[in-house]
Amino acid sequence: MARQDNAIDVRNAVKRYGSFTALKEVSLSIKDNEFFTLLGPSGCGKTTLLRMIAGFEDVSHGSIHLYGQEIENLPPNQRPVNTVFQSYALFPHLNVLDNVAFGVEMKGASQSEARSKARQMLELVQLSDFSARKPSQLSGGQQQRVALARALAPQPKVLLLDEPLSALDLKLRKAMQLELKHLQRETGITFIFVTHDQEEALTMSDRIAVMSAGELQQLGTPREIYESPRNVFVADFIGETNLLTVVVKEIRDGNAICQLDGGHELHCNEVAGIGVGSSVHLSLRPERVFISDKPRESKSLQGKVSENIFIGTDITTIVNLTDGPTFTVRTSNSDRGSKGIFEPGSDVYVNMEPGAARLLID
Amino acid sequence: MAAGAPGGGSTVANTYEKARTWLLLPSWLVLLGLSLIPVIMMLVYSFLTKEFRGGVIWEFSLAAYDQFFFDRGLFGDEPPSIEWTYITIFWRSFWQAGTATLLSLAIGFPTAYFIATRPAGSRAIWVFLITIPYWVNLLIRTVSMKFLLRDQGPLNQVLMSLGLIDSPLHMVNTNFAVQLGLFYSYLPFMVLPIYAAVERYDFSLSEAAADLYASRWVTLRRVLLPAVKPGIIAGCILVFVPSLGSFLAPDLLGGAKNYMIGSLIEEQFKGNAGNWPFGAAASMILLTIVLIILLLFARQQTRHERKEA
Repeated sequence: MARQDNAIDVRNAVKRYGSFTALKEVSLSIKDNEFFTLLGPSGCGKTTLLRMIAGFEDVSHGSIHLYGQEIENLPPNQRPVNTVFQSYALFPHLNVLDNVAFGVEMKGASQSEARSKARQMLELVQLSDFSARKPSQLSGGQQQRVALARALAPQPKVLLLDEPLSALDLKLRKAMQLELKHLQRETGITFIFVTHDQEEALTMSDRIAVMSAGELQQLGTPREIYESPRNVFVADFIGETNLLTVVVKEIRDGNAICQLDGGHELHCNEVAGIGVGSSVHLSLRPERVFISDKPRESKSLQGKVSENIFIGTDITTIVNLTDGPTFTVRTSNSDRGSKGIFEPGSDVYVNMEPGAARLLID
Repeated sequence: MAAGAPGGGSTVANTYEKARTWLLLPSWLVLLGLSLIPVIMMLVYSFLTKEFRGGVIWEFSLAAYDQFFFDRGLFGDEPPSIEWTYITIFWRSFWQAGTATLLSLAIGFPTAYFIATRPAGSRAIWVFLITIPYWVNLLIRTVSMKFLLRDQGPLNQVLMSLGLIDSPLHMVNTNFAVQLGLFYSYLPFMVLPIYAAVERYDFSLSEAAADLYASRWVTLRRVLLPAVKPGIIAGCILVFVPSLGSFLAPDLLGGAKNYMIGSLIEEQFKGNAGNWPFGAAASMILLTIVLIILLLFARQQTRHERKEA
């Protein structure tokens, strides 16, 4: 029974609201003990999918299995999953301790058992001193941790997190990202995390499902998603990239030779389904490109520096290729000595690491 | 002009301070003229001597209160014993008003919940529908209710033609009829505050409770009800207090056996048979009891909250 190894199996899940389809035939498997992220812009269906797993939305078509058990027809209170809500949804009339104890008590524990479990959880999120307070007397970050403790206290098989960090300021958000990651390792519970923030997804996840317009665009590790985006949407949504229109001139030994506007030529990986003569998109990460004052090899592209932008850790250089498109090149601030910074107006050559340019399907 | 800025700010504050006093004046005058002064007049009248054709003689007397609580025989010369007549009427009034309040809550809460959970655009229409019957005068509505409940009235005829009963049910001149009348008169006062509270309720709290293994019933009892409690309390007060002093429903639907405080007080000020000081005293006693109940309730509430914190 191989599928029982998976925490969650979503098969051909469809969600319709009247004539609008929020989720179109999505299938994905989430492994046991995994930090899994559903990533996409707002309206992409990620929260709908999460709410279908929690039981707040019914499944129009398809099935959801949890460790092999079919759950899509169970009401939310009979599913061994717990949710950290975007708005936290802490019970305003209960103090912190009773909020955290609520789920444990509902599962059948006595009040004293539930409270002692709740105290343990509050210790885990370092809020023991706040157990007698009402949620309204806590800061946003503290409320967020209470919500986390409350969802973890009943020991769910899967923890669902619906953009839990979106209301926090940047510094706190960064700290919580690490804390969540550690908490996931410590508890060994499968986490399903929903976010629209690609950086957050890359930082925390074991695997990421990128979604758009109700469809799964790509599923893979952060590295796979970042370095080998499958299509234009993923390449554009994750990180910063040079998205260029090219025409495939020739395919030789698994390499595609592509031509940019202005006659510049690039070597890329071959992609199934893209033949000679087709006009396609190509993604080139700015940090995998470097500039030099002399051509390094025959593939170097000639251009002129138009601007340098200092962004702290990096310097972004905008290069206009001769009669061609604009290129963004990123140089780490610490490399400026070895690689050199070229003043605007300098004639330069753009070089790239082998395999850096990736052809994309639309 | 470094020093000018804070000075300018406080001038603005002073302007508002003055404006506030003037703007609040009409409210204060209305409250004073229509609420406080009448109560004081009533308090004074309750300690005066009655004039036989209505009105008062300006002479201090405790007779009104004495008449309410003590029985001194037909000629007033026997040793005093407790007078149960009026206490019974009071007790009955509280009972009737309490039942009507519970009935309003039982019907009003689901109604309010239903309206508050409709799509935002249609809520106003539902609220409007609730208030439509109340555009008709209360007297006409109460008389109509009596007509509906009569032995030969439409309700009995329908029940009999359906074969549910063999002979007409006697509903007019019963406690039930009064409770129904009160319930019907004041239902919107229950629905509207609860509706306002449920509309403000964050339904993700119900989702959170369900997510944490609570059944629907437990979610209602332990999450929704505590959150909308202020609305329920407001609704109960708004139905209970006017029901207690109501005289139309008890008069028209209850008959002589189901006499309530409102009717007792009304009679004291009607025609030549009345007794103004006694009516005023009964009103003061009613006012005092209601105030004590509300104060006890408020105190228990703050004590509960303090304990929670």
